[in-house]
Parts: sequence; structure tokens; C-alpha cells
Amino acid sequence: MSDLADLYQQVILDHNRRPRNRGKLPTANRVAHGDNPTCGDQCSVYLRLDGDRIGEITFDGSGCAISQASASLMTTQLKGKSAAEAEKLYQQFHEIVTTGNAPEEISDIGAFAGVHAFPARIKCATLGWHAALNALKGDPIPATTETHKD
Amino acid sequence: MPTWPNVRADFPVLHQQVNGKPLVYLDNGATSQKPRPVIDALVRYYEGYNSNVHRGLHALSMRATDAYEGARARVAKFINAADPAEVIFTRGTTESINIVARSWGHAHLKPGDVVLATGMEHHSNLVPWQQAAKAAGATFQYVPVLGSDAEGGLDLAALDRLLTPQVKVFAFTHISNTLGTINPATELCRKARAVGAVTVIDAAQSIGHVPLDVRQLDCDFLAFSGHKMCGPTGIGVLYGRRALLDKLAPDETGGGMVVTVNYEGATWKPAPERFEAGTPNVADAIALGAACDYLDALGRDKIAAHDAQLARYAMKHLSDLPGIRIIGPKSGAPRSGLVSFAFEGVHAHDIVTFADEDGVALRGGHHCNQPLMRHLGLTSTTRASFYLYNTEQEIDILVASLRRILKFFGTT
Repeated sequence: MSDLADLYQQVILDHNRRPRNRGKLPTANRVAHGDNPTCGDQCSVYLRLDGDRIGEITFDGSGCAISQASASLMTTQLKGKSAAEAEKLYQQFHEIVTTGNAPEEISDIGAFAGVHAFPARIKCATLGWHAALNALKGDPIPATTETHKD
Repeated sequence: MPTWPNVRADFPVLHQQVNGKPLVYLDNGATSQKPRPVIDALVRYYEGYNSNVHRGLHALSMRATDAYEGARARVAKFINAADPAEVIFTRGTTESINIVARSWGHAHLKPGDVVLATGMEHHSNLVPWQQAAKAAGATFQYVPVLGSDAEGGLDLAALDRLLTPQVKVFAFTHISNTLGTINPATELCRKARAVGAVTVIDAAQSIGHVPLDVRQLDCDFLAFSGHKMCGPTGIGVLYGRRALLDKLAPDETGGGMVVTVNYEGATWKPAPERFEAGTPNVADAIALGAACDYLDALGRDKIAAHDAQLARYAMKHLSDLPGIRIIGPKSGAPRSGLVSFAFEGVHAHDIVTFADEDGVALRGGHHCNQPLMRHLGLTSTTRASFYLYNTEQEIDILVASLRRILKFFGTT
């Protein structure tokens, strides 16, 4: 179970059980929806841009523990960030879930390093991020894990 | 000759460890494993007489043609078709249904007609019919399923209301890949015929699991895949009544399906060649014939009884798990060899990943059945699907694995 214990870290289980910033955001001025067509997982991200900063960000949807915890943790990380900073953070996250190497200065999103041992689950971890980046771009097209690179 | 006590020995892939545990393969609804005689048939063809069929005059081509047409006759016997020409080789169930939906639909559907399916169809027997209805300006309707867990099967009273003379085709699954429901296919065909509708049966989940006789079913078309009945991937069958096939225009055109061609046009061969343009999948058709031999040597009635016993055993032991929601027929009601279930608070994907660590191969997701999932208020379920080589001990391993998962996620 060691790989599994790495995958399902306490911080992930905690976010899955008690998701942060879950629900629609009435004041949102950007929204995007993500689908994982292979499993039916869904994630919508609502955010309010104040100037070039993310003032508020929430998510809702349904899916596995990895997808829900990832979206939840993501909202805590992206609040206050600019679009460029969000993109950079996603690149770091992507590096972590595909290689398993989490830089020391990265704390919470490093919990997803265990995903790299389960390639089929990388799309679960990145679903919410795809939706958030699309929302930031004002992209009206639904994010799908099939047309976006992991 | 395969025999029941030794059946597992016939399947090389079963004898391996996955994540350090003996493989427990419970994803037979997606695809079955292949016995040695089927693998041998492929190797014999490629090593011994690989050649193109029908137009070759040399020895290898004649051998290949005999084996390919022999496989067609073997499949015809397997489903008790009146004539081997009623067996068209395709890539699989999906292509078979698409051929009917396009060729038959294009020729016969018109505005005002109704295309009828059911609320438990796999996308492959749903989307082609929605498309055919749209193309013709016809209306698509479906027979609902009964019960909050779809435990009541098809709503036959609703079917009687829906079956009007406007219904031109009724497409339905023999066995639901998601629920395990066994539909009363003979009765459904009889009701549809009474209003003059053509019947199309998706037999993907039933073909290798229960005795199947197209003349007893009295259906017009029937589709299935080789790979779910111990045969290879990439080969499937469309059965059609000869009288209907001969009136049907080809879906694909090209070599092998024409009689004469000139610069102005072409004339078509009769079925089955009319529907098999290009070089067919010779090797896999021959191996599908070997799969028919294998299953009939064991006896499909005995396979059905084995599946049913495993389903009963699984229902009994899965029902003990706290918080489980099993969809489809209730305990004691007829059910095919599969069980789909969900737990509040643990997603199917997490279950499948954990079970895989215990060597147990399951399916998690919507099972190509999104409308039914919405009806059930679910986004996904976990499915364990059984076949002739599975054992009660393997179900014990599944249940123990699920108990560990529930404990890990703190739901118990």
C-alpha cells in the first residue's frame, strides 16, 4: 500500500472530506467548466478578477478524491494570484504530478507528488486547474482533459 | 477440448501477478480474456496461410478463403442463423449498429417516424439512432427504466404505449452492461413486430454468456463483438435477416463488394459481401470461429449458470458492505454476471485504483451510459463483471479489498 499511501496523502483526504471554497460564486466574473469524458468527472471553477488579481475563487462538481481535493487545494493557492502567477503555479503542479519531484519550497501542492506513480490519475489531478486557467483566459469553451495537455 | 475443471489453465493471461498479487480479472464486461485455442488460431493463420481472401487463385488464398468463410458458417451456427450470408463481419458491435442505423435508417426513416430505443442503452446503441432520427427528421424516443436503482428493468407498460404504428425501428440491449438486467428480448421483438417495427438487438453483453438463437428471438438485426466472447478485438458481427439485407444499400463501397464497375457506376454483390468492402479482418474472423468452438464445448447454458451463480454470490457478499448502493435487479431477481455499485463518499475511480493495488481489475465510470447515470443520480459506479474463469474465491478477494478501501476513506 506504500504507493497508495503516497497517492492518498492526509492533506488530500482532508480536502476531499472537507473541500474548501466549494460552491458557486455569486460575484464571479469568470467561469469555466471542466470535464473528464473518460470517467464523467466534472469541475466548474468560478472566479472574480479584481484588476489582474484573483479576488475570490470557488469550485463545484463531482469526481474522485484526487480531482476534488486537487480543485479544493488549488482554490486556496490561487486566491490573490495574477493570471501569470497562476500559470506558473500550474506548471509547477504539472511537473509534480508527472515526475513526482516536488521542490522543497513547495508545500501543499507537493502532496500530489504520489500521483505520478498512477499515470491514469494525472487527469484527475489536473481537471480543476484546466478549468481555472480557462476561466482566467475568459475562455468560453469547456475545458476537457482530452484536448488539454496534462 | 476444454473442460470446466481446467478452464483457468486455458487462459494464459490469468496466470500473472499484478502489483504483487494474483490477478483477479473482473472487467469482463469491457473485454474477456482469450483462451489458448483462440490465440493458436491467430498464430496458425499468420504462420501457416496468411493470404488475402476471395480473389486469390493460389493455394494459400484458397486456404484462407475456406477458413474465413468457414468462420462465417461457424458463427451462423453459433447464433442459429438460417443462412451464413446473414452474418456480416464488422469491427464490432458499434460498427454493426452504425451500419444498420445509416443504411437502413437512410432508406426507411422519414419525417414523422419514431425511432425507439431504451433508457438503458450503451452509447453505441443510442447515439447512432439519435443521429439517424435527426438525419431523417424523425423523432427519437426511449422506453424508461423503472425504479430509483433501475431495479425494475424496462417499463413494459410504457413500451406498450410508445409502440405506435409510427415506430419504424426498436433498438434495445439484450443484457445491460451497467445494470446486469436481462431484457425479455423475444417478447420485445414480438411487441415491436406487432406494430411493424424492425428490431435491432445489441447482444454485446449476452453473446458469449447465454444461449442465443436469432430465429427463436425472431429479431431483424443483431450486433455483437468478438472480444467479449473470448475472441479477438477488431472483429464483430452484424446479423440481419436475408430478406432485409438484400434490399439494403451498402454503407461502405469499394473493392470486394461489387459485381461490375464502369466509369459510370457499379452494381453490388448480395450480402454478406455487399457490406464487407475492402480486405476483411481474416485472421480475427477465423479466431472468432475458434472462440465459438471453445464456448460451445463448455456449453453456453453452463456458462450462463456459472455467471448467475457468481452474481448471486457477489450480491450476497457485497450487500453486507456498509453504505453500498447496488443498482439493477434486486437480490433473488434474474441478473447477468455483473454487479454495479456505488458508495456515498468514495468515488469509483478511487475504488478502482485501490482494488488494482490488490490485483483486482474493476471498471469505474459511467460505462458509456451517461443518460442512465443521470437517471440514477450518479456520475459513476464501480462494476465487477464475471466470466467463465472467475471463482467465488475471487469475489471474496474483491469484498476484502472493498472493506479495506472503506476503512481507509473512513466511511466505516
